[in-house]
Amino acid sequence: MDYSILIGGAAGQGIETVVELLEKIIKRSGFNIFTYKDYMSMVRGGHNFMQIRFSENEIFTYNNEIDLLFAMTAETITIHKDKVKTDGIIICDENFEDNDVIKLPFDKLVKELGDNRAIGTIGVGFIVKYFGIEYDIAVNTIKTVLKDKNVELNLAAFKAGYEIGESKFKLESLEDNKILINGNQALALGAIAAGVKFYCGYPMTPSTSVMSYISKHANEMNIVVDQVEDEVAALNMALGASYAGVRAMTGSSGGGFALMVEALSLAGIMEIPIVLFNAQRPGPATGLSTRSEQADLRFVIHAGHGEFPKMVIALRNPEDAFYQTARAFNLADKYQIPVILLTDEYLADYEMTVKPFDFSRITIERYITNESEIEDERYKRYKYTDSGISPRLIPGIAKEKLVLVDSHEHNEYGNIDESIETRVNMMKKRMKKLELLKEEIKEPEYIGTENPEVLLVGFGSTYGAIKESILRLNSQDDKFGALIFGDIYPFPIEKLNSYAKKAKKIIVIEQNYLSQLKSLIDEYTDIKVDKSILKYDGRAINSDDIILEINKFLSNDTI
Amino acid sequence: MNCEYELYKPSWCPGCGNYMIRDALKKALEDLDIEPSKVVLVSGIGQAAKMPHYIGLNGFNGLHGRALPPAIGIKMSNKDLTVIVESGDGDTYGEGGNHFIHTIRRNVDIAHFVHNNQIYGLTKGQASPTTALGQKTTLQFDGVKLNPINPLALSLTMGAGFVARGFSGDVKHLSNLMKEAILYKGYAHIDILQPCVVWNKVNTFKWYKDRVYKLNEDYDYTDFEAAYKKALEFGDRIPIGILYKVEKETYDQKFSFIEKGKPLVKAELNPINAQNLLEEFY
Repeated sequence: MDYSILIGGAAGQGIETVVELLEKIIKRSGFNIFTYKDYMSMVRGGHNFMQIRFSENEIFTYNNEIDLLFAMTAETITIHKDKVKTDGIIICDENFEDNDVIKLPFDKLVKELGDNRAIGTIGVGFIVKYFGIEYDIAVNTIKTVLKDKNVELNLAAFKAGYEIGESKFKLESLEDNKILINGNQALALGAIAAGVKFYCGYPMTPSTSVMSYISKHANEMNIVVDQVEDEVAALNMALGASYAGVRAMTGSSGGGFALMVEALSLAGIMEIPIVLFNAQRPGPATGLSTRSEQADLRFVIHAGHGEFPKMVIALRNPEDAFYQTARAFNLADKYQIPVILLTDEYLADYEMTVKPFDFSRITIERYITNESEIEDERYKRYKYTDSGISPRLIPGIAKEKLVLVDSHEHNEYGNIDESIETRVNMMKKRMKKLELLKEEIKEPEYIGTENPEVLLVGFGSTYGAIKESILRLNSQDDKFGALIFGDIYPFPIEKLNSYAKKAKKIIVIEQNYLSQLKSLIDEYTDIKVDKSILKYDGRAINSDDIILEINKFLSNDTI
Repeated sequence: MNCEYELYKPSWCPGCGNYMIRDALKKALEDLDIEPSKVVLVSGIGQAAKMPHYIGLNGFNGLHGRALPPAIGIKMSNKDLTVIVESGDGDTYGEGGNHFIHTIRRNVDIAHFVHNNQIYGLTKGQASPTTALGQKTTLQFDGVKLNPINPLALSLTMGAGFVARGFSGDVKHLSNLMKEAILYKGYAHIDILQPCVVWNKVNTFKWYKDRVYKLNEDYDYTDFEAAYKKALEFGDRIPIGILYKVEKETYDQKFSFIEKGKPLVKAELNPINAQNLLEEFY
């Protein structure tokens, strides 16, 4: 089984509550879920939709075919009816003037219940009945999810919807042992697990939910959350906190990240550990505020004036967001560098069921030196060492040593020094860390047959779509493999080189216009990429899209 | 430890007001008997902002205009530190204007000493946000066309609880102001008049000397309207001293875990402590 429900309507109609209820009901019935969210940059009106896909098997992305379309506006039907399967259904209010739809007395029932907001829950009742989901699980879920918010009204609405519906399927419940989470929540949880004590940022879609999640738990976890005046302040402030010794973080989306670039360079020369993220949305400038793209790859790799070591990690899915974020803090502390997490609106917002995160796998490694280990009478914050990493003291915690950090080129003490010798030595000291990072980076994840004829290459949030494509393609013809990059700068090339040698065709898949991942492959390897599948319409690519493109390419270009 | 050391010869010009401001700061810290290792001096870029290199304190010499945000991050992470910001008029009121406004709104417990010489020194003589209207400079050949900022009126308007003006030519008076500012719980703003001996031929030492006067002992610094009037007085006579001082709740006091607990930097980190947060996702 593999079903998709699409709920569409205007902003302000309560789609989110319908989706939250349905997701939890389906999840607690033991099924895997993937919810795709498509929303416009407006508070009221417009057209928003969410698509809940569920299956007894693992699923990694959304798909293009719908089993049930719940239309809360007439426009929803016009926009989405072509996606409805031939045996699928459309439900809407009986006053809508459409054919081939199931008209239900939503308005009439709502009037009887005495509250307009109940429309969505009536729909939930109908949908639960239609798929034959266990009634008791649904009722208990409504009680627990809504807590004291109009439980009685919603239960009545649910029952009314349940009674007017008919069962087409009968789903046997399975064991529910997963969590349902989105990428931003997972990223925020990873930061909290890693001990972040200072988070600051400026609201910008789609990055904001990281800050609001941390803020919600700030008091119980003792975290300062500061909504700053601008993103310029954000990174400078986080760097102050990190200098003072706490784990600090900031993040934004493209435009806000652009404002942080000056301070990113400051982190580079001051050698202050910092973790920041860019939840990409399509640019340039304001672009498409609530939509997704992977066009900031080159931007974040090169962000910052001057040359300094940094690391960029593209997050691939919610699990990756959790574990990689926690790891990023250790890497930042170990090398005293900025670590940038690259995510996007798609990963930020989609929700999926995953194995509960294992907090015992998270380690906290600070690499902060004890004052007693410092032999120099005057502490050298930038002491030359073989590794290029200088022992780090925290101001105020060290009682007899002063900690001076500086944005100018500086000597070992952190004092301004313009001499040729110091400049050359300090550049070498800092850039040595980039060499060490090359040993630290993780190779991309490989999925597929061991000797692939066709190798797909992607990074970050396209992970799920590519993985599902490989599973589907190989079930027909077992000749496909895929490498999906997480750590992407410095660029890991070992696995890429070895699988590229085996493959006859290499196809890069990414969500930008210029094929930026391909340009990295061109820069760092001799591999010839045969085809780039590119999508830059602001909507996430899924396995249906990928398979269509691959088949088109391979049929024109026989292996 | 002593905050005095002679390792680095300042790149300030002979006769620069920065020397006197440094003397006043040293004296204030010594009088208050604060361990240099418990002080962080934060600055941006400019001649004034080089101060962390010429004094024996912890230092964060950051970016132009960006001295205040790191100072906030430092103070919130370690409340035991005395955090002092020193930067010039261009750094604070120009490039960093937005941070200045919002730092006052937060009322973080830091002392902010602005070296105001009404000109850009390091970049050689262009107008600063406090250069007088019409004054000719190395860039504004026809004279400055923008109205100057009134720093004290601005910080008063934004709700600062400690607003003062000092003069580099009176080290003892300035040092006492600095002590008051450091002891004050909350954001304390001192605008320090200082001649630039090379680039500002108008606002010279003599120019300031002829105009500044100390506020009377019977001046009521809790009177906002009186303070505002004094802030606007910048012409033939210029008052120095504490214009305004009242108690206000500080930013860190609004975070109960900081107010009641130990400094955040001393928190013990354990990933397992966050495990309960998973509950809502089941």
